[in-house]
Order: sequence, then C-alpha cells, then structure tokens
Amino acid sequence: MTSQANIGKKPQINHTNPLARTLFEKLDYDQLTNCMRCGFCLPACPTFRETGVEPESPRGRIALMKAVADGLMEPDDRFRDQMDHCLGCRACEPVCPADVKYGQLIEQARDAIEDHPVHSIPVKGVRKLFFKGVFPHRKRLKTLGRTLKFYQKSGLQRVARGTGVMRLFPKHLRDMERILPDATGDGVVEQLGTVYPAKGTPIARVALFRGCIMDVMFAGTNVNTVKLLSEAGFEVVIPPEQVCCGALHAHSGEMELARDMARINVRVFKELDVDYIVSNAGGCGALLVEYDHLLHEDEAWKEQAAWFASRVVDISKLLVEHGRLPAFSESAASSTEPVVVTYQDSCHLRNVMRSGTAPRQLISQVANVSFQEMREADRCCGSAGIYNVTQPEMAGQILEHKMENVNATGARYLLTSNPGCLLQMKLGVEQHGCSETMEVKHVVDFLYERMNGRNA
Amino acid sequence: MLHPSLAAQLRTIVGDAYFRDDQEALIAHSYDGTPMLQALPDAVIYPASTEQVSAIMKALSAYKVPLVSRGSGSNLCGGTVPVQGGVVMVMHRMNRILELDLENLTATVQPGIITADFIHHIESLGLFYPPDPSSMRISTIGGNIAECSGGLRGLKYGTTKDYVIGLEAVLASGEIIRTGGKLMKDVAGYDLTKLLVGSEGTLAVITEATLKLIPPPKSKMTMLAMYRDLYGAARTVSAIIESKIIPATLEFMDNPTIRVVDDFAKLGLPLDMEAILLIEQDGDPETVTRDIEQIRQICMREQADSIQVAATREEAERLLTARRSAFTALARLRPTTILEDATVPRSKIADMVRRINDISAKYNVTIATFGHAGDGNLHPTATTDARDAEEIHRVEQAFEEIFAAALELGGTITGEHGVGMVKAPFLEWKIGASGVSLMKGIKHVFDPDNLLNPGKVFAKESRKRVVIHHD
Repeated sequence: MTSQANIGKKPQINHTNPLARTLFEKLDYDQLTNCMRCGFCLPACPTFRETGVEPESPRGRIALMKAVADGLMEPDDRFRDQMDHCLGCRACEPVCPADVKYGQLIEQARDAIEDHPVHSIPVKGVRKLFFKGVFPHRKRLKTLGRTLKFYQKSGLQRVARGTGVMRLFPKHLRDMERILPDATGDGVVEQLGTVYPAKGTPIARVALFRGCIMDVMFAGTNVNTVKLLSEAGFEVVIPPEQVCCGALHAHSGEMELARDMARINVRVFKELDVDYIVSNAGGCGALLVEYDHLLHEDEAWKEQAAWFASRVVDISKLLVEHGRLPAFSESAASSTEPVVVTYQDSCHLRNVMRSGTAPRQLISQVANVSFQEMREADRCCGSAGIYNVTQPEMAGQILEHKMENVNATGARYLLTSNPGCLLQMKLGVEQHGCSETMEVKHVVDFLYERMNGRNA
Repeated sequence: MLHPSLAAQLRTIVGDAYFRDDQEALIAHSYDGTPMLQALPDAVIYPASTEQVSAIMKALSAYKVPLVSRGSGSNLCGGTVPVQGGVVMVMHRMNRILELDLENLTATVQPGIITADFIHHIESLGLFYPPDPSSMRISTIGGNIAECSGGLRGLKYGTTKDYVIGLEAVLASGEIIRTGGKLMKDVAGYDLTKLLVGSEGTLAVITEATLKLIPPPKSKMTMLAMYRDLYGAARTVSAIIESKIIPATLEFMDNPTIRVVDDFAKLGLPLDMEAILLIEQDGDPETVTRDIEQIRQICMREQADSIQVAATREEAERLLTARRSAFTALARLRPTTILEDATVPRSKIADMVRRINDISAKYNVTIATFGHAGDGNLHPTATTDARDAEEIHRVEQAFEEIFAAALELGGTITGEHGVGMVKAPFLEWKIGASGVSLMKGIKHVFDPDNLLNPGKVFAKESRKRVVIHHD
C-alpha cells in the first residue's frame, strides 16, 4: 500500500510564482482537502449574500486557495482582492458539515500575501503605523488617547467640522470620525489599580484582558466590566504589562507580529494565579481562545499557550455560568412600559467563542426589559476589525441591510459585545436609523447601569 | 478560450459585469457538491431574463460551444461540472416569484430562487410546497427541477416532479417553449413537463416554472423506534405500508450512523442498537393520533427495543436533528465523504442494508447507511480520503457492487440525486441498451449538436455488470 505514504501530504508541485510558493507552504492542505464543496456555507456568508457570486463565498475562496496550491492558477490581483474581501466573521464554520477551519485558512492565505506586499504607499504607511507603531505599544496608545481627547474636548473637533477641513477625507472616514466615542489616556488600571476585590466571598480570581483600542476608546466599559465582575463575586486582577491581543494583525496577515504579542500576553498572564482570563470584546476573545493554535508550532510556548487559551472566557458567559448575579432593575426607565432591547451578535463571540446565548440570557434578566430578537442578528454588521475602513463599499452595503433589521425591532437600546460592532452600529443608527430614539451600548455598560444599589 | 467575437457577443447580451472569463470565475465554477470532480469552463455568464438566455443559446449554438446551466451547484452526481468546457450559466439573478395565484393554488417562479426562501414565503401565506431536499437552504428550485429532488417528505407527498405543472424553457437552438400550465388536467400530446423535470440540464434550460401548492397539514407527531434487530426495523417499514398507513416521514439510520450521529450531536442515543426509525405523521389531529398509535403497535410487534413519541414540538425537533445531522456527523470522520443514492422497493430495505454491510466488509471500506426507508431510498455513505488512490479504488468497486445489488433487488441506481457523471456508466444496467438508445434519440431531437450539459447522463462506455459471488 504505497499510497498510504501520501496521506496528509501535499502534492509535489514546483511553484515558480513566489506568492504561489508561499501559499503552498503556509496553507493547511488537510483543511483544503476537508472542504467537500457541499455549499452549506453559502447562505451563512455575508459577502455571498450581498453579491450572490460563488468566488465571494467560503466554498469559492477555498477553491481558489486550493487551485493555487495545486498549481491550477496563478495568484493574481483578483485572488488577493478576494482574500481581502472576506469579513472573517466565520459564520461559515458552525454550519460546515466537515468542520473545515476556514478562519485559519483565510489567515494563512493573508499571511502568505503579506509576505509579498503590493500595497500602495499610503496603505503601506497606514498599516505600518497602526500594526507596528501603535497597537503593540501601550504608551503610544495612551498618547493617542490623550491626543484624541484633546481633539474632542479642546474645541478643535468643532473647528475641524465647522471649517470643512474634514471634507478632505474620504466619506467613510469622515463618518467614522463623527461617531468616535470620547477617548481617554487613562485606562482601567489608571482608574482602578491592578487588583480589585470581590464583593462578598470570592468565587474565583480572574484576570481582565483590557484590550488596546478598548482601553483608550472604551475605558469606561472596562471599568464597568471590573465592577460588574466584582459584584458577581470575582476578584479581578489587571496585569499592566499585557499588550494588544494581535487579532487585527492576525486577520490582516501579520502573523509574526500577532505571535510576538501572544507570547507576551501568555507570559504575563501565566505569572498570575488566576482561574479565568476575562475578555469583554468578542474580536479579542476569539483570538485569545485560539492562542494555542497560533503558537502550536512553537515548542517553547505551545504548552503555556494552551493553558492560556483554556482559561479565556467572555464576561457574559462567565457571569451566566459561574457568577452570583446581582439584581438588575430598570432604574433608568421613564415609563412603566417595558423598554425594548435588541442585541447584535459579535460574530467572533458567537461563531468562535460560541457564547451567543449568554448575553441574551443576561439581558432577559434585567427587570422591565422586553428582549426583541432581531432578524439575522447573527449576521455580520460589516465592521469586522478594520474591514469597514479598508472595504467601505461592501461594509456599507452590509450595514444598510443590517439597519433594516435593526429598525424593524423598534428597540430603545441596541446592545453589542465588541467595540468594532459597537462603533459600526452607532454609525448605522446615525446614517440609516433613528438616532433620536435608539441608543447603542455595550452589554456590560447596560447591565452595570441597571444594577441595583450600584452607588451604595 | 472562447472565440473573441463570441465572447464579445455574450458580453453585449448580459453586460460586462455579468460575463466573466477571468481565472477566479473559472475556478469557482469548476466544481459542484460531488467529491473528486473538477473541470474548468471557458467562461461564466449570469443572465437576467428568458430573452437573455435565448440570445445566449443562439450565440452558443452558432459557435457550437457547450453550456452547463446551474443554480447553487450543490448536486451530488457531478451534474454541473463543465467536463467539456464551454460556458457555465448561473441562474442566481433570475430569482423572483413571478406570480402567486391563490385562486388556483399555484406559484410561478424563476429558476434561481433558493428553495428554502420560496418555502418560507409560501408557508407564511398558509400554504405548503412539500419537496424538502436536505440542501434546501442552498439549492435553487431550478436545480431541484433539473435533478427532480426528493427529501424527507417524499413518501407521502412525492418529489419535485409531482409539483411542477408548467415550464418555460429555452432549447439548444435558442427557441423558447412552454409546457403545461396552471392545469390540473392536461393531456395535449406528450407530457414534456415531466420529461424536462429530472433531465439534468441536458434537454433545455428551464427559465420559469409553475408549481402546485397544497394546504398544509393541521398537525404533526414524531416518534423514534429503536431496534436491536435490523430486520425488525425493516419489517416495521413494510408492515406500516401494508397496514395502509403512509407516514409523512419514515427515516432509517444504521448502527455506524447512530454512533457517529450520537458522538457528534450528543443526543444520548443507544449505541448498541442495530437500527433506528424516525417516523412522522401529519394531517388532521384525530387521524395523526390514530396513525401514530397504530404505528407504535406495529413497532412493538416487530420487537422494537424502545419507542419514544415526542411530547412537544421541541422534542420532535430534537429527534429530527438526529436524522438531519447524519451527513454532518459522517463528514467529520474522514476528509472525503461520498454519499450515494441506491433505491430498492421498500419491502427489500433489510436485504439491501445487509448487502451493503457485506460489501463494505468485503472491500474493507467504511460505509454507513441512512436514508428514506419509507420510499426505499437509501444513502450508503463512504468515509474515505481522496488522496488515497488505492482506497478510493476499493470504494469505487464497493459502490459498483452496491448498485448491482440494488438492481438485483428490483431497485435503481439513483432515487433522487440524478445520473450526472457519477452514475452514467451504470445507466444501462437500469434501463437496458434499448432504453439508452431511446433516451439518446430524445436528447438528439432536443439538442442535435449535444451542446446542453454534454458528458452527463450518457457515458462513453457502460460498465460491465459485476458478477456477485454469494458466500
């Protein structure tokens, strides 16, 4: 049975095209083979739904990857664009009969593409600035936060908008500027310290993963996360040396940078004696639970990475499954009518961390709330990391469809579990929705505001 | 590569955005849901109307370039793989419901509409379209018609052919024909509607279909019967039919399928059972209760180990989930999953399952069997690895013998998936040499230059019948 020797191996092909060679090396050929092309992923895929075109589907993209690996086609510009066009929402994974790890394949493809960059000078500059220059560096993030705060508070923002300077920027960037929340240079550690005690007998000791953007743009949510955890009976530690999770890098093909950051985080959290590592951002959490895969080829780190990954949990799931839930009252409601609340899934929380039900359970426990499930709440909102900046056209189209469903709920509050989704939904409400009657909030902030006796 | 002036003509017909001949488009239309088959077309085209389809066909026939029309490409017989190149025509843009006639209870639709979307819409109006292929969330009505799709409700309600009463189609010459209509009775000449349903895109391109709708059943009950004896399960199938009860659903899973399904879905199914039957009856509440009670007694008489009647709709859904996850669960075992479609008279289900098990042992390949026992349609499913040429060869030999066994028991080589490329070598076994030449004659009248989905249904050479040795 000589053919047994070939099982699990790639075919022998001498690729002459350098990108084809790298793709051939980096793509997991077993996963490419596992795709049996049944097409069950098609209806789950947002880009397929928008276009109805096979290459814009997971089945199509995998076929393209395999065709390159098999030497059937050269990776041209269209191939690169198609890999970029995927939102990475991973809605295709739970519906795949064969359990193909599509998320890993698209990251491997992008990683290979990044080894042979053809970015235009400005795109290259922006990528380098953010991926290498900002996200990994805590101090620079804080400075960025302070600068933004200064811009927002000093009147400069008003001036910029008033004088029309903003018109020099493309429309989608101008739109984003308008909905940015108030930034701060003071993150959760600056506000609460590195250890926060549990209320009552501690159930467990948990570490907070505070995120990078999260701690600059949504420091308040981080603070509320810690206080909510404390109310529910958890002692919270926040290691100040932690860095960005690396998700945006990994999704954009900067795998080595993502691994560097993963190693730092694994080391920092491993030093703490904690039962759980809590994330409040679906996008970060989804990479954190896959650190074991990210570092699986690194002998020195793989064991510790597995330790780390096995402890990562989203705040909603931790509260529902292990917490002593505080009573939630509807203190803010102005009428006796139940307030209508809806929820937009974070794709990564739902499809990768598989924790879509926990936020809904929590929301339903708040007094005087009528939870209204949105049609296709599980479908990506188009934010997808920096997708709405790099692919504004598709992102806008997806958002428009999303807002039809959002508006149909008639909700007073639209809740989310991830900063990217939160911003995108704010943008959506501003552009296509009813910004006067609907408020977009992180689940944690909503719950915290409705906790009984929180000011006691 | 297409002749440049043909390409230019096609571009003019549909517009630049809907004619593509770049690598990406060609690769992404080189396969369907069938494992191990792939062939590149020369171009891909997305028409928006019957007139465009007609104009495209006229241009293609002038240049003698073949055409493969397709919906979502979810078929499992290689039916939409462009083996002879040419143009792949994707019908997704033609996806509207053109008319809902609530006085005649018919719907007229374009072929590209997704089956599940159509069914949801119909059900929201309080009507019922019974054909429910497992791929309905992806597959199109046009694809269902081309392959004459079945599903879990086929036993009581029939398959796609029983609901298509009128068609509009474009011939290879580009001429547009209409067959049938909103008529419950129509014997004006040969029944071209039925001829086109299941013709796998080889006779014409379907551009519009009139479908029969029926009132939905008022209630439903679901039960699960488990057997230590395979024959007990099989006898139950025959006994139910003999007692003149036609359940809406009567599904079968064998022991290997039970094991993988339970391992995957964690339903707590008993792993020592040789077979499980999933039975659903629908209709008026009194009839349903009476039928289910009678079926329960039959199951007990045939030594069912345990019988579970779902108390709630949720519990029923959980039971149906077990059956629906069979394909899913099997697909996770090995990289390549080959799901087949042998069908026998329903009295022969037990014999067929035994034969499949013997054959899989003989060739040392893993084959699990599940399927629509109530209509005799089984899905023996091989879990294998396409990269192991030697094992694949054994799988092919095993399936060849399985088809032979089905025919020997008075069955057929495919119950609902179609012939396509995969079954083409075996067609002659079922219909004989004169049957094949008659069908080829029909094909020739519709499509004299063999432009419509060439290389399908009819193989260059038929397989020789294998001689089966009985030990």
